[in-house]
Order: sequence, then C-alpha cells, then structure tokens
Amino acid sequence: MAATQPLTAVQGNGLRLENISKYFSSTSTDTQLQVLDNVQLDIAPGEFITIVGASGCGKSTLLRLILGLDEAFDGQILLDEKPIKGTGLERGIVFQDHRLFPWLTVEQNVAVGLKNAPLSPAQKRETVREHIHLVGLQDFVESYPHQISGGMAQRVAIARGLVNRPSVLLLDEPFGALDALTRTRLQRELQHIWQQEKITMVHVTHDVDEAVYLGDRVVVMQPHPGRIRRIVDIDLPRPRNRSDARFIALRDDVLSDFAEVS
Amino acid sequence: MSTLTSSAAPSPRRYRGWVLPVVAVAVWWLATHQGWSDSGLLVSPQKVAATAWHQFTSEAFWRAISSSLARNLSGFFIGTTLGLVLGCLLGFSRLFERVVGPSFNTFKQISLFAWIPLISVWFGLGDVAKVVFLSLAALVPVVVNTCDGLRNVPPAFLEVAKVYGFTRWQTIRGVMLPAALPSIFTGVYLALVYSWLATIGAEYLLVSGSGIGNTLIDGSEHFMMDLVLFGMVVIGLVGWGLNLLARNLERRMQRLYGITPR
Repeated sequence: MAATQPLTAVQGNGLRLENISKYFSSTSTDTQLQVLDNVQLDIAPGEFITIVGASGCGKSTLLRLILGLDEAFDGQILLDEKPIKGTGLERGIVFQDHRLFPWLTVEQNVAVGLKNAPLSPAQKRETVREHIHLVGLQDFVESYPHQISGGMAQRVAIARGLVNRPSVLLLDEPFGALDALTRTRLQRELQHIWQQEKITMVHVTHDVDEAVYLGDRVVVMQPHPGRIRRIVDIDLPRPRNRSDARFIALRDDVLSDFAEVS
Repeated sequence: MSTLTSSAAPSPRRYRGWVLPVVAVAVWWLATHQGWSDSGLLVSPQKVAATAWHQFTSEAFWRAISSSLARNLSGFFIGTTLGLVLGCLLGFSRLFERVVGPSFNTFKQISLFAWIPLISVWFGLGDVAKVVFLSLAALVPVVVNTCDGLRNVPPAFLEVAKVYGFTRWQTIRGVMLPAALPSIFTGVYLALVYSWLATIGAEYLLVSGSGIGNTLIDGSEHFMMDLVLFGMVVIGLVGWGLNLLARNLERRMQRLYGITPR
C-alpha cells in the first residue's frame, strides 16, 4: 500500500508535517491553551489519509494549518520538500459548510477556484465543465446554491476544491452536515473521484466508519492537547464492503480507542 | 399582493384590506349627507372628488407634483450616492471608521428636523435648501446599512477568497460587495421612503416655490379642506407607488440571493 512506500521514491508532492504544535492564547486569562502537541505525519503522494477524533482534538485546526489560513504554529509543514507559506492553489479545501457564494451559479462557483489560475478563459471554461461533470451536476450549471440540495452543494464544493488540480485536497468534515443516505453516496463518489484523479487527500472526520471506509491510513487523534494516538493501516481492496468481516474488525479496532477515552 | 395566502385563485380574503377604507368613506359620506355637523371643515366626499377632478385638469397641480418628485429624486440620488461612498469608506477602511465613525454616529442622532434652522439660514428657503435637507434624509440609512453590510460579510466567505488567492480588489468586488448587497439595498430602499416623507416636510417647513406640500399649505390657509384631503391622498399614493417600486426591486434581488421574500 501507499503507506509503506518510502516517501522519497515517488515523484514529489508528498506532504510532511514536522513537529507541529499549536497554542491558542486567551487574552482575558493570559493563559495558553495547547491544541496540538508535536504532530508528526508523512503523507505519500496520492495517499488517502483520514484523520479521526473526538471534537476538540485539534483535527480541524491541523487542517487549517496545512491550508495556510493560520500561520502561527511551531514546526514545519513541507509540501513537495518546500515549506508552505500562506494559502496556495496547490492545496484545495472542502469545508463542512459548503461555503458556496449564494449570488453565483453552480458553474460560477466552481470557476471561483480558477479565478487566479494561469489559464486562458477558454481553458477555464473547459476545466470548470469537466469538474462539474466529474461530480455529476451537468444539469445544474445554471442553478443557484439555494436551488440545490445540501448534498449537491457539497459536490459543487468538491468540484471547486478540485478544479485547480491541487496536489493535496483537504476535506474538513465535508459530509458532517448531510443525512446518512447522502453521506454514504458521497463517500462512494469521493472514493471514485480520488481513484480517478489520483490526488492526495487529507480527510478529517469524526465518523470512524467513514474514516475506515475511505482511508489508506486512519490517523486517530486524541484531545487535551491534540495529538496523534496511533495510525492504523487499512489494507483492504476498494471499493470496500462495510459488511466484510475485516472491515468490521478494523472499524471496531479504531472504535475501541474512543471507548477508552470516554 | 397578498402576503397572507399563497393561493392563486382570487379569494374573498384578498379584499379584506379594502373593508376599512370603504367603511370609513361610507361613514364620511353619511356624516356629510345627513348633516351631522354643519362645520365648514367637514367637507363631503363628492366635494373632494370634484376638487380632485379640478386639480387633475389644472396645470398648477401637475407643476406642483412634478416639482415635488424632481426634488425628491434629486435629494434621493445625491443622498444615496454620498451615502454609498461614505458607507463604503466606513465599511472598508478600519482607519476611516476609527476617525469618522464616532462623529457620524453622533451626527445621525440629530433629529432631521433640527437641521431646518441651520439649512434655512445657509441655503435659504428655495430648492437648494430642500434638496440639501432631502439628501440628509436619504444619506443616513444608506450609510448605516452599507457599512453594516460590509462589516458583516461572513468570515467564511473571506476565507474562501483567501484560499483562492483573491487580491484585495477581487475580494471587494467578488465577495464583500455582493455579500453586502442585500443590506445595501435595504438602505437604499429606506432612503427612498424617507426622502419622500422628507420632501413633504421640507416643503412644509421651508415654504417657498411650488410642490405638493405647498398645495397642502394653501388648502389649510384658505380652509379648503377638500384641497387638504386631496393633497394627503396624493402624497399617500405617491409614497405607496415608490414603496411598491422599491419592494419589487428588492424582491427580485432577494430571489436571486435565495432569500425567501417577505
């Protein structure tokens, strides 16, 4: 599996988190709250990493650091051997709340991702069209976000996240707000997209089942302060079958971590 | 127009709003017909209707109404334009907000009519003075709502702009202004309503020239109650028309934004 490959052997695009620590300081009490403690993680190119943990374990904070929205932290984040600086088009994001602009159509919302991409207008149109196709929304290009369902909006957000062809796509509990049926369908679709596009994915979730279903490796985090508890290899062929005995065993194994905590 | 029912078929409910005016006119008619009062101040509906007909066919009336409307619109446009500029400066620039904000907040507490003595001394009683007064009436709601709208752009949207490397200008044009537009429009809508109210106030308090407010004063000074009542009806109808126009525009915009119309 990708997890066991040596990082340097593959052509670039690996993501390396080195000794990441992060504090939130409270100005009122003059104290510092540690939210991340010495997080170390090597992510191979094309790998699907899922990060799972209870709320408050810093998993979303970690994602914001990789995204470059928050630059005040200790340690280093290297993408393709180079430290990241601020946000960048090579790192895409899908937020939990889809964050589509309500005044733009589906097509225009996806095009937001390409606003500053070095492409000609014709190339941009074509790329937008391709990605709307990829998420199966070709019949809704002219629709506004309020005219489509939550699941469809999240697919638009995925298309917007992918439209730059980033080397890493970060997903921050993207299906957390969806109903169970839509969530299952989108998990399957996301896996399909990942296999097709071969983009590194870092997917944060609090749903153990989702983490095991999607990840090459599941990173289990624990809170106070947020740190990696352990990393579980999911050595199952895709598409995965939730009723497979090995799947159930792995899921129960990961779940047991949380049983102890709570 | 019905906001109570969504049924398309004309139902008796649609006409409920007419009950009160019809009853009022009937009582009025009865009162004058039966001679309940012999005061010259109680005129009959027929007399008002006759005056209305007389006015509609007179050139003076159309001159009055058109100069009122012209005044109203110039004040509205000047006030709204300045309001948009000031509101944008307050909304976009922290520094400007710190320097000018407190002064403006004090300024807007001054009752509009408290400006009349100052304006009449500086600008006389003519059209300039009236338009200055109207501009002030229109200015305040536009500034407040524009500034509020720009200040309350969801941070989530600004993060999206940051992720896709929007420049400051792209963020303003592509995110902040569209996100603030509903609020800005509320300000413009209020400005339209206020400036019409202020038009009559200005004509009444800065007496000179012609206008529908002056028609009202004429009627009052000559005890022509029919003229006064007619003037009031016209003022009400114009206000209603302006309101309707603004409401329709607002609704159209809200539909685009996916906000359920009121």
